Amino acid sequence: MKTIQEINEKIKKGKAVVLTAEEIIGFVEKKGAKRVAEEVDVVTTGTFGPMCSSGAYFNVGHAKPRIKIGGGKAYLNDVPVYTGFAAVDILLGATAVPDDDPRNAVFPGKFPYGGGHVIEELVAGKEVRLTATTYGTDCYPRKKLETRITLDDMNEAVLFNPRNCYQNYNVAVNLSDRPIYTYMGVLQPRLGNANYCSAGQLSPLLCDPFYRTIGVGTRIFLGGGTGYVAWQGTQHSPCVPRTDLGVPKTAAGTIAVIGDLKQMDPRWLRGTSFRGYGVTLTVGIGVPIPILDEETLAQTAVRDEDIVAQVVDYSETYPQRESGSLAEVSYAQLKTGEISLDGKKVPTASFSSYAMAREIAGILKDWIQKGEFLLSEYVQQLPSSDSGIVFKGLQEKPIRFKKAV
Amino acid sequence: MTTTKVVLRFPPDLTDQPVTYNLIKEYDLMVNILRGHIIPKEEGMLVLEVTGKKKQLQRGMDYLAKIGVETQKLSKDIRWLKDLCTHCTACTSLCPTHALSVERNTMLVSFEKADCIACEMCVTVCPYSAMEVQV
Repeated sequence: MKTIQEINEKIKKGKAVVLTAEEIIGFVEKKGAKRVAEEVDVVTTGTFGPMCSSGAYFNVGHAKPRIKIGGGKAYLNDVPVYTGFAAVDILLGATAVPDDDPRNAVFPGKFPYGGGHVIEELVAGKEVRLTATTYGTDCYPRKKLETRITLDDMNEAVLFNPRNCYQNYNVAVNLSDRPIYTYMGVLQPRLGNANYCSAGQLSPLLCDPFYRTIGVGTRIFLGGGTGYVAWQGTQHSPCVPRTDLGVPKTAAGTIAVIGDLKQMDPRWLRGTSFRGYGVTLTVGIGVPIPILDEETLAQTAVRDEDIVAQVVDYSETYPQRESGSLAEVSYAQLKTGEISLDGKKVPTASFSSYAMAREIAGILKDWIQKGEFLLSEYVQQLPSSDSGIVFKGLQEKPIRFKKAV
Repeated sequence: MTTTKVVLRFPPDLTDQPVTYNLIKEYDLMVNILRGHIIPKEEGMLVLEVTGKKKQLQRGMDYLAKIGVETQKLSKDIRWLKDLCTHCTACTSLCPTHALSVERNTMLVSFEKADCIACEMCVTVCPYSAMEVQV
C-alpha cells in the first residue's frame, strides 16, 4: 500500500518508477502483479480522439469606449460564440460553424472550418478576427466591434470540455445500401467497413474502470499543458454491463476537464472536420494513475484483448435510438485491421490515434520522472458502478398552450 | 514499352461508348482497369494502367482528348501531408489499393504513392485535411 503523498515525495526526489499503460502489461506478465505493485509508483495513460463536447471560454478585455458583448452577437473568424455572460466573456464551442457555411445543403457537407479550428489557431499563436454587434447602454455605449486578437491579448483563455475521455465506445457499421456520413466517419454500405474510437488499453478510464484514483481535482495532461478533472462528464454512465475484470462493455464513464489554453500546444488540440457531419476538436489527454495497491495496478495492466466493444448499425439502430448490438469484438481484434461479421471480413479503422495516445502517455511519464508533474488527490469521487445512475433518453412531452384571456 | 496510370473522366454522352475496347484494338495498348465508376447517361470514371509503345500511348491519349474524355495522370495527384496526419487510421480501411496502410506494431500510417490510384476517398474521410489533391 502506498499513498499519493509518498509517491509525490519520490517524484520530487526523481526516484519514482513510472511506466505507461502499454509498458506495464509486459512488466506484470513477467514479474507478477504483487511485485510490480510494490516497484511501480505511477502508470500513465493517454488518448487522442475527436471530442465534440469541447470548448473554450475567453475574457477578451474591455474595449475603449466599452462594449457589452454579453447579450449581443459575436464571432471569432466568423464562427459564432455564445455571449450570454458578462460584458466581455465569450464561450466558443468546438462544433460551431460559420453562419454562411452551407452545412449539409449540398450533401455531404465539407465543414472545413469551425470552433475546433478556431481553438487550434488561437493555440498556435495566430491572430483571429473578433467581431461583435450589440445594444448600447449608459455604461457600455459601443454597439459594434471589429478587431484582430490573439491568445496573448486576452485576459483568460480556458479550455473547458463538458465531456471527454469516453470510457469505451461503439464500433460503427452500416447495414444499409448507401454510404452514410456519421460522426464515426464514412461508413460504406453492407458492412463495408467498421470504425471504432478508443485508445483501448491506453485509454485513461479503461485503466481505472471504477474511478478509484481518477476523480474531481485529478491533475492531468490536457492539450499539451496541465489541466484538471472538473467533474464527471456529461452522459457519465457507470452502471453499464462490465466484464469479469470490471471493464465496461459499452460506452460508460466520462470526465469534464478544464485547463489554461495559453499553456497548450496545437499538436494536441486539432480542429477536425467530419464529411457530412460537422466540426469538432481532437483533444490530447493523459491521466496518471498512482499505484496505490495491487488492485489499481492490475486494472492499469488491462490488455486490448480484455476490452470489448459493441458493433452498432449506424444506418438504422443508432439514429432511431434503438438498442441492439450486432456483435461484440475486442480491441485486439479491431487493431488487426479486420474483424469478422456475419461471416464477412470487414476492414476496421480508428478515429482515435493510438500512436499519439502512446506519445502522450510517454510525455506524461517523462514529466513525472523529471519531477515536473506531481500527482493530485481527488477531492470528490466520480459516481461509480454502485451509483444507480441511469443514462436517460429524452422523453418528449407535448406542449399545451394556454388560451389567451 | 511504357506504362502509365491515368484517370479518365467521361461526359454523359460517352458512358455507353466502347472507349477501352478502342484503346486496345485501334492503338495496340495493354489496358488494366484499376478502378471504375460508371453511371450510364450521367458520368463515368475509370482508372487505367496503360502499357504500350510510347508513340502508340500518345496516339491513344490524343484519341481520348479528341472524343471528349478528360484524362489526368495518376500518382502525383494525391499528397500526404505528414505533419497534419494524426495516424488515426480512418483512411486506411477505405483505401482500395492499400497505398495508405498501418504498421500494426507502431500503429503509424504510411503512404505508398506508387500504389495510389487517386480515387480521392482518403481526401473525403481525413478529418484533418492531411490528404490533398495536387492541382
